[in-house]
Amino acid sequence: MEQRELERLYAAMLRTRRFEDTVHLLFLQNEIEGTTHLCQGQEAVSVGVCDVLEPGDTVAATYRGHGACLAMGVDPSRLFAELLGRETGLNGGRGGSMNVVDLEHDVIGCFGIVGGSIAAATGAALASNLTGDGAAAVAFFGDGAVNQAYFHECLNLAAVRRLPIVYTCENNLYGEWTPLEKVTAGGQIAPRADAYGIPASDVDGNDVLAVREAAEEALARARGGGGPTFLECRTYRHKGHSRVDPGKYRPKEEVEEWLARDPLPRLAERLAPEAVDRIDKAVEHEIETALEEARTAAFPDPSRVASATKEA
Amino acid sequence: MPERSYREAVRDGIAEEMERDSSVILLGEDVEPGGVFNATPGLVERFGKDRVIDMPISELAFTGAAFGAAVKGLRPVVEIMFGDFLGLVVDTLVNQSSKYWYLSNEQASVPLVVRSAVGAGGRFGACHSQTPTGWLLGEPGLKLVAPATPADAKGLIKAAIRDENPVVVFEHKVLYGRKGGVPENGEPTPIGRAAIRRTGGDVTIAAALAAVETALAAAEELAADGIEAEVIDLRTLSPLDSETIVGSVTQTGRLVVVEEGPPSGGYSAEVVATAVEGNGGVSVRRVTMPNLPIPFSGPLEDAAVPDAEAVARAARSLG
Repeated sequence: MEQRELERLYAAMLRTRRFEDTVHLLFLQNEIEGTTHLCQGQEAVSVGVCDVLEPGDTVAATYRGHGACLAMGVDPSRLFAELLGRETGLNGGRGGSMNVVDLEHDVIGCFGIVGGSIAAATGAALASNLTGDGAAAVAFFGDGAVNQAYFHECLNLAAVRRLPIVYTCENNLYGEWTPLEKVTAGGQIAPRADAYGIPASDVDGNDVLAVREAAEEALARARGGGGPTFLECRTYRHKGHSRVDPGKYRPKEEVEEWLARDPLPRLAERLAPEAVDRIDKAVEHEIETALEEARTAAFPDPSRVASATKEA
Repeated sequence: MPERSYREAVRDGIAEEMERDSSVILLGEDVEPGGVFNATPGLVERFGKDRVIDMPISELAFTGAAFGAAVKGLRPVVEIMFGDFLGLVVDTLVNQSSKYWYLSNEQASVPLVVRSAVGAGGRFGACHSQTPTGWLLGEPGLKLVAPATPADAKGLIKAAIRDENPVVVFEHKVLYGRKGGVPENGEPTPIGRAAIRRTGGDVTIAAALAAVETALAAAEELAADGIEAEVIDLRTLSPLDSETIVGSVTQTGRLVVVEEGPPSGGYSAEVVATAVEGNGGVSVRRVTMPNLPIPFSGPLEDAAVPDAEAVARAARSLG
């Protein structure tokens, strides 16, 4: 891969890292209200997969979805604005962190219910299957979602209809606070896809190039009429599950081991130090500017008449 | 006007809309051969296997997929075989489809139809006989319609398919064989508009689905005693036609609501509240099923369904 390509992937991962670090800070300062679910450490999965998508492909993400949004080209300033509850937010402040939608960037949504993304992406793939538009869909979901009905029912449906979809499991080893093995029979996830006749790969989710390669193959299969693919991307979230969770249930050694496999330094090693420095500065500036722009935006006007339905 | 059964009217309505708009697709269990209520036979031959599609018994998955496909521009009509199975799809209906227009800040709406057979009288037991409107009432963004006649079975499915929002169509299984005049290529029945099936100035009786027939029978009983009942066929359960409801009770001062469902938490509570908010002087009664699961045995099931006598008694009790 050319240096320029690697730099692009590095910048994309760093954009999410800095975005999430900033969100974390804004929470601690009570500037962002409610809760949020951060994805530091998991950037390689969304960046690697979304890098091979084409306009018109659909992504459905989870409540830990900022990374997927940014990887799809969503404007960080409008994402900040959404989290800050501002009028200029992607959803005018109506959605918040767990319900982001940006159809302009092919993000059908971030879904707050575990497994919801799986159905949304399956539906987009069904639409492509029926209309023959040649597009594909990607569902991002965590390891916790593989015990939901959404997972089993949708994988079965996609397999029997050979839908153009890539099921991308961001296996960060914990469903909320609970370790995977405590609640997931069989210990491994990929064999569940095998059971539905869906080709499955066990991918190093902290290696953006490995993810990208696996996604490329999966997308080629989807577009070629070969049906769904399952990618189990093993990764790790650096922070706890949500705002209230410091993540203390995880063994110190485990955390250290995974921090040593941080996807950002791993890719930075392959870049010229000057390039890393340049990208670091550029992304930092981009995120700062995005935040300032979002902060100056107005809050939505509660007196604006709204309807839950679309009427002619 | 040609005579059609309620079942045929549903099928004709779907077929006319599929003819009119190539983005309309039909998904469900056994919809290709026609389904257990024989509502959709012939459609796969006419519109092909890319538009009439058998689904696995995975209601959550195919209703959720229909949501995603609707955002992407299709207009899916999903058949949930029995209304009792709607519990399996509540998440995707209420957390995805019905909220999408508002939460996305109006980027896209979800033109999704879920149609489902409801109602007692078939000896199907507790989990195949319910009319679970209460599970879905009150959800912002979700419309609920409930045709009582063949003409409305067609008119409302057409309206539901053309609507830009998710709509649940309750079809009463006892009504499938009823016949009536149904226009060909007629206009949709407007969602949100009730129909006055009988005029009268003494008491208003509001009902939906098969209970409309019960209400009309009760009105005849009352007429024999010189009491003239106005019978409202609600047709849409959400949003309710408050104008028609309040207009009628303002004339009669008395309201009986008939519901083939549990005594609380259903549409009758909403009709009563709407009437009282619109006219505080109205006297009200609800006639519903008992607060029990619907029993299987014939005499028990029949006794659970509100009958005309109970409705007439409630009307007389309003004094």
